Amino acid sequence: MNFKHKYVFLFPGLFVLIGILIFPIIFTIRLSLSGWNSYTPEMNFIGITNYIRLFTDDPRFWESFFRLSFLSVTTVILQYIIGFALALIVWREIKFKRFFRVIFLIPMMTTPVIMTVIWRTFFHESLGPVNDLLGNLGVEPILWLSDPVIAKFTVIIVEVWQWTPFMFLLLLAGLLSLPKEPFLAAAIDGASPFRKFVYVTFPLMAPISIGAIIIRLIEASKIMDTVFVLTSGGPGTATETSSFYIYIKGLREFQMGYAATLSFTYLVIMIISLTIIAKVLTKLMIKE
Amino acid sequence: MKTIKTYVVALISALLVLSPVAYADKWSDQFPHIKATGDIPGECSYEAMSKKNYKGKTLKINTHAVPVMGEPTALHAEQFAKLTGAKVDVTHTPAGDLYAKAMVPFQAGQAPYDIVFGFSNFINDWKRYLEPVPKKYVEMKQMQDVTPSHIGIASWDGVMYQFPVDGDRHYLKYRKDVIDNPEYQKKYKADTGKELRVPQTWKEYGEMAAYFNGWDWDGDGEKEYGSAEVMKKDDLMYAAFYSRSAAYSKNPKTPGGFFFDLKTMKPLINNPGFVEALTDWVAATKYVPPGGINFGLGDEIGSFGGGQTLFSFSWDDAFVAAMQPDSPINNKVGAAQLPGAMKVWNRSTNSWDEGFNQAPFFVWGWAVGVAKKSKEKEMAFDYLCFFANEANHQADIGIGRFGVNPFRNDDFKADVWTQIGWDKDIAQSYVDTLAQMEDSKNRVFPLRVPGTFEFNAALATAAAKALAGQLSPQAALDEAAKQWEDILNRVGKDNVRAAYSVGVAMEDNKL
Repeated sequence: MNFKHKYVFLFPGLFVLIGILIFPIIFTIRLSLSGWNSYTPEMNFIGITNYIRLFTDDPRFWESFFRLSFLSVTTVILQYIIGFALALIVWREIKFKRFFRVIFLIPMMTTPVIMTVIWRTFFHESLGPVNDLLGNLGVEPILWLSDPVIAKFTVIIVEVWQWTPFMFLLLLAGLLSLPKEPFLAAAIDGASPFRKFVYVTFPLMAPISIGAIIIRLIEASKIMDTVFVLTSGGPGTATETSSFYIYIKGLREFQMGYAATLSFTYLVIMIISLTIIAKVLTKLMIKE
Repeated sequence: MKTIKTYVVALISALLVLSPVAYADKWSDQFPHIKATGDIPGECSYEAMSKKNYKGKTLKINTHAVPVMGEPTALHAEQFAKLTGAKVDVTHTPAGDLYAKAMVPFQAGQAPYDIVFGFSNFINDWKRYLEPVPKKYVEMKQMQDVTPSHIGIASWDGVMYQFPVDGDRHYLKYRKDVIDNPEYQKKYKADTGKELRVPQTWKEYGEMAAYFNGWDWDGDGEKEYGSAEVMKKDDLMYAAFYSRSAAYSKNPKTPGGFFFDLKTMKPLINNPGFVEALTDWVAATKYVPPGGINFGLGDEIGSFGGGQTLFSFSWDDAFVAAMQPDSPINNKVGAAQLPGAMKVWNRSTNSWDEGFNQAPFFVWGWAVGVAKKSKEKEMAFDYLCFFANEANHQADIGIGRFGVNPFRNDDFKADVWTQIGWDKDIAQSYVDTLAQMEDSKNRVFPLRVPGTFEFNAALATAAAKALAGQLSPQAALDEAAKQWEDILNRVGKDNVRAAYSVGVAMEDNKL
C-alpha cells in the first residue's frame, strides 16, 4: 500500500502554519532590512542599517526593555503570590465557596481597555476619587500618574488587579487536581498547615506553577493596552515598554522598517529569555 | 391708485424682508443645528444639497474620535445623508492614529475611506495621495471668505489639497474676573510689588500663575490652580512647546527658519531661545493642577473651561467651551495674544537681543482631504463643502467641543459672537486677538516637511523627559536636536529643505 498520499492530508495544516506564522516572520525579517517609512514607502534593501541603529544609537529601546522586564517580573510575582493565596482560600471547604470563585474571576473577564479607563479616572490626581478619599484622611494628593516612580507602581496595581484572577484560575485548577494521599500521609504524621504547604502542596504544585508563571510572563511582556490608556508611556518615558515603543515607531512615526527590526529583535530576546527563565524555574522549584 | 401702489410696494418689501426667514425656517425646522441662522444661500447650502441625488452611493469617512471634530463630522454626515439620499459611514479614530490609519491604505494603493481627516501639518506626507480640491470649489464664494493664511495652510505650491474646515492658532486665555478684579490687583501689588494685568511675557505668566496656584480664589469652595497646559507626550504637547518657544526664538531680524536654519539645515531647537522656553515650562509643572503634567488637549479644555485654572493657552476650544452658556465661567474669560519675551535669541550674532518680542503661532489645525483613489470624489467634495457651508460653520464655531474654529474673514466680526451670547467686550477682545495674529509680521507656522511626525515626536519625547525631571532642559533639547539630525540624514536634507522653504517663505512674509 502506498502511503505517500498521506502527506496530502498535512497540506491544509501546513498552509495555515505557513500563512499565520512562517510568512509573517519572514516578512518581518525582510521588512527589517528595508527603510520603509512615510516618505519612502517601498521595500528597498538597506542591509543591516536598522540593526546597527538599534544596537548603537537607540538607548530608548533598551531602557523600555529593562523597564518592561521590571514591570513584568514584578507583576507576575505579585500575581503568583496573591493568586496562590486566593486559590488556597477557596480550595478549602469554606462558606460561599462558589460565590468567591466567581467574584475572584470578575476582573479577568472585564475588558482591559475599559477597566484601565476606569482606573485612570480613579487615579486622576485632581478629579479622581482616590486622592479625594485620601484628602478626607488628611493625606496630600499622590501623583499616581505624573510621578515617574509612582506611575510605574500604578501600572503594576492595574496589571495585578486585572490578571491575578488568571493566575488564581490556573492554580486553583492545579490544586483541585492534586492527589489526596500525600495530604492524608502528612495529616497522619501530624504536620502543621505551614509544613503541609511547604513540603506537600508547594512541591506538588511546582509544575503547574512554572506553567502559570511562564504563560503570564509571556502575556505580561506584551503589556501595551494598560500603558497606552493609563499613562501613554509617561510621564516622560517613565512607563514606556518595548511593545509601546515599537507601536510608536511603527504606527505613530510610521518607521515601518525600523519597527520591524525592533519587533524581530524583541522576539528573539523574548524566546531566549523565556527559555532560560523556564529552565531556571524548573531547577529551582522541581526537586527530583 | 397711489394708495394701492403703496400697499403693493409694502407687501413686496415685506415679502422680500421675510422671505429669507421663511426660507431659513424650512431647513432649520428639519435641522435644528442651524436654528440660529437658518439656511444661508450658497453653493453648498442645505437647499443646494437637497437638489443632489446620491441615492445608492456610499461615502466612507475616517475622522477623529467624538467630540472634537468627530461630532460635527457625524452630525453633518447624517444631515448630508438625509438631504442627498447617500449612505455615509463614519469611522472615529483617536488623534494619534489618524496619520497611520490613512497612510497604511494610501501606501498600499487602496482607498477604504473617501475622506480622511487629519492635521494640516500632514500635508507634505499626504499630498501625493490626495485629490486636489477642484477649481469650482476653490473659486466659490464660500472659499473666497477664507483668510489667506488658512488658504496657505491648506495648499502646497499653490495647489489646495485640504478642504478648509477649521482654522487654528494658539493664544492666551485668562480669567477676566481675576485679572481685572481691583481687589486682586491691589493684593497682588501689595504681595509682589508688580502689576496684575494680562501677562505680556511668559515670565509674567509664570509669576501670576504661581501666585494664583493652589487656593480658592473664585470662592467656589474648591482649590484653583495657575495654568492648564497640554503637557502629555504624544498628545499634541509639541505644539504647546512651540507656542512657548516662539517669543524667545522667532527673531524678526533673522529670517530663514524657526525650526531649522534653512541654509545649513542645522536644527535650531536646542538654541538658548528654546532652552529658555523649556526651562519656563519645567517651572510651569509647579503651577498646573495635580496631574497636570499628564493633561492632553481634552483635559486642558475641561480644566480651564471648567474654571479650574487662571490661564491656559492652546487652540480656541477651551475658550469657546468656557464661553458656552452652561459653563461655570461663562463671560468671565478673556483672550489675548500669546505672551512675549523681553529678549529673543539672535542666531546670527549668537547672543540675546534685548527688547520685547512676540510671535503668534499658527499651529496646525484640523484638515481634511479626499483620497485620490476614491471612487466617489464628487460626493466627497460636496460633503466637505456642505460641512463648511456658512450655516453649519456659524453653528459649529459656537460649540467648544466641536473643535471648529474661525478661519473666515466673517468670523472676525464681534457680532458673530455677541449673537450667541458673548459679552460685547469679550467678543471684541477675542476677534481683535485673532485679527492681530493674522496681521502680525512675525509669525510661526507649523513644521510641514516629510517625516513631520518623526520630528515632532522626537521633540515631544525630549520635552516630556525634561518635564518629568528625567533630563535637564538643555540635555533634553540636545537629545532632540541629535535625533532631528538623524531624521534629516534618513529623509535627506534636500528633501526637507525643499519642503521647509515653503513654510519659511510664509514666516518671512514672502508668500
